[in-house]
Amino acid sequence: MTQPTAAIVTPRASAVQGFFRELTRSKSGFVGLIIVLLIVGMSAIGPLVVDPSNPTDVNAIWGRPSAAHWLGTDGAGKDTFKQIVLGGRTVVFVGFAAAAITTVIAVVIGSLAAYFRGRFDAVMLQITDVVMTIPQIVLLAVMGAFFRLDSPLWLALLIGALSWPILMRSIRAQVLSLKEREFVEAARLLDLGTFRVVFGEIVPNMASYILINFIIAVTNAIYALVGLYLLGLAPLAGSNWGIMINDAWMKGAMFQNDALPYILSPVAMIVLLQLGLIMLTRTLEEILNPRLRDK
Amino acid sequence: MTTASVTAERRTSEASFGVVLRKVRNSYVLRRILRALFVIYLVATGVFFMVRLLPGNPVDVYINSQIAMYGKSYETAAAEAAALFSFDPGTPMWRQYVDYLVGIVRGDLGMSILSPGTSVVQKIALHLPWTLFSVGLAMIISVSIGLLLGMVMAYRRGGIIDHGVSTLGSVLHAIPNYLFAIMVVVIGAVQLHLIDFTRMRGHSTPGVTPEFSFRYLSDALYHATLPMVVYIFTTVGTWALVMKSSTTQILGEDYVTVARARGLGDGRIRSMYVGRNAVLPLVAQIATQAGFVVGGAIFVEQTFSYDGIGITLFQSINARDYPVIQGILLVITITVVLANLIADLVYSVLDPRIRTGERED
Repeated sequence: MTQPTAAIVTPRASAVQGFFRELTRSKSGFVGLIIVLLIVGMSAIGPLVVDPSNPTDVNAIWGRPSAAHWLGTDGAGKDTFKQIVLGGRTVVFVGFAAAAITTVIAVVIGSLAAYFRGRFDAVMLQITDVVMTIPQIVLLAVMGAFFRLDSPLWLALLIGALSWPILMRSIRAQVLSLKEREFVEAARLLDLGTFRVVFGEIVPNMASYILINFIIAVTNAIYALVGLYLLGLAPLAGSNWGIMINDAWMKGAMFQNDALPYILSPVAMIVLLQLGLIMLTRTLEEILNPRLRDK
Repeated sequence: MTTASVTAERRTSEASFGVVLRKVRNSYVLRRILRALFVIYLVATGVFFMVRLLPGNPVDVYINSQIAMYGKSYETAAAEAAALFSFDPGTPMWRQYVDYLVGIVRGDLGMSILSPGTSVVQKIALHLPWTLFSVGLAMIISVSIGLLLGMVMAYRRGGIIDHGVSTLGSVLHAIPNYLFAIMVVVIGAVQLHLIDFTRMRGHSTPGVTPEFSFRYLSDALYHATLPMVVYIFTTVGTWALVMKSSTTQILGEDYVTVARARGLGDGRIRSMYVGRNAVLPLVAQIATQAGFVVGGAIFVEQTFSYDGIGITLFQSINARDYPVIQGILLVITITVVLANLIADLVYSVLDPRIRTGERED
């Protein structure tokens, strides 16, 4: 267990290769990876390739899936499939950006709090105590009402800024045990400076743990984001999967038989993305935490 | 708390006071209760400043709307706003803060703007019990089923139940609860006509009065079915998986092997040796989840028009009914703090090491 960090850092290529070999060996992890890559790829490339004009067509309201409209049409006769392809960008972007913000805050504060202990640690713990007490989604809904969240970046910032405490606690706990190890002591004796000891020696040792929690944070952010859209607390400008569901709900499309494909498509996309991410984390956990592998 | 007791000890010549303080510090239960009170106090303070510092001061919004809508003079509108919000921008901040805290202690959270003449406390008392009822019952069912399934999975690893529940658990975990709720309506009610959605809306059938009778209870349960089904299905898989990994770990412990070697009965090993120790690490998680489910209620209740605290919060956010938003935030927080407190106390009963050990926390 107590490998020197150098052994982890240098043979990076082979480690990555081995990592992917493990990942492809597990069926569910591989499927999860493919799903996530497909959806992220579609959302990133889709808007560049597909023509964004999606004309309304009064003759094809709530149209059934056909050759012209693969997933049918919505209440205004717009093509559903096009909306799905174009509507993933915000959801995916906010999900990953918010998760990145959360993870960075949690890692920085968590590791510094554990490394220095003392008053900083106590204050941070108290703050997490309070923030964790208020259900995140409730706080988000209230803050969403106060601020005008008109850009995806603001949404990502708000979601990211409200969801770091739980991860910060587990990072803190990990650092507390890691900092007692020999390699940290060695680094300290070499007088590398606090910054390098914490972020150069300790944090890289939690890389796998951080990666898994990053993906979990993505799923949580997407849950929060789509929830905000559903309640209409995020701006309903443009079109994305969350807005499509809100639209179907608010206009009573739920109660129309013909609207089924229009409602099911965004729901299916979000569930698939979440499922892919979760399958990925489960497999990553198995690969990176050998204790779970003993079957 | 520690510093307070230290300074107090230094100051007091009468020993009895110091002894009491030392006892407080040494008693895990008291320490834990004080910490819970402190967190509630911090959240109350946070809510107080949030309403005052965030963009869109509710008092100004209210005063402006009254002037614009009814042509009232600024003074009348301001006086009304002061009565509604139980704060008046003219009084100094510290004074408002003290009044606010005194109000909370006395159970006065101000008046609702949305429904004039109703106090926030009345409004919460009307809706919160329904959320606690549906979420609480669903949690109990979900946790019990989940823990049982998890144990079975751990004992029969690689079996059909294990694989089936693992896959299903992942899928159910992946579906956000509000999407699950929407699917229940779309597929169950609209497409297949299995559910009489229009009759099941609300928390009870109009005309059925609250009383302690079978008719009333069954009506309440009938209306709570859909939210409860959603809460149960979206959480049970997680419990099963968590319990499985916890049980698997315990099964590998030496004392289980020893218990087997001593020839103890399977049932006894399962309940006293494995079950009890496997549940232990989950208690805190169950409490955290309780908070999450109460938060998630805002979506689920909205979808099913179930008149709980979630839907009330949503309506007051939309109507900018600030006193109600404040009050509900506070009440939800207190609920979650209490859930955590109970979990920690249960913990300390189940695991004596917590009570006696850990000096620093």
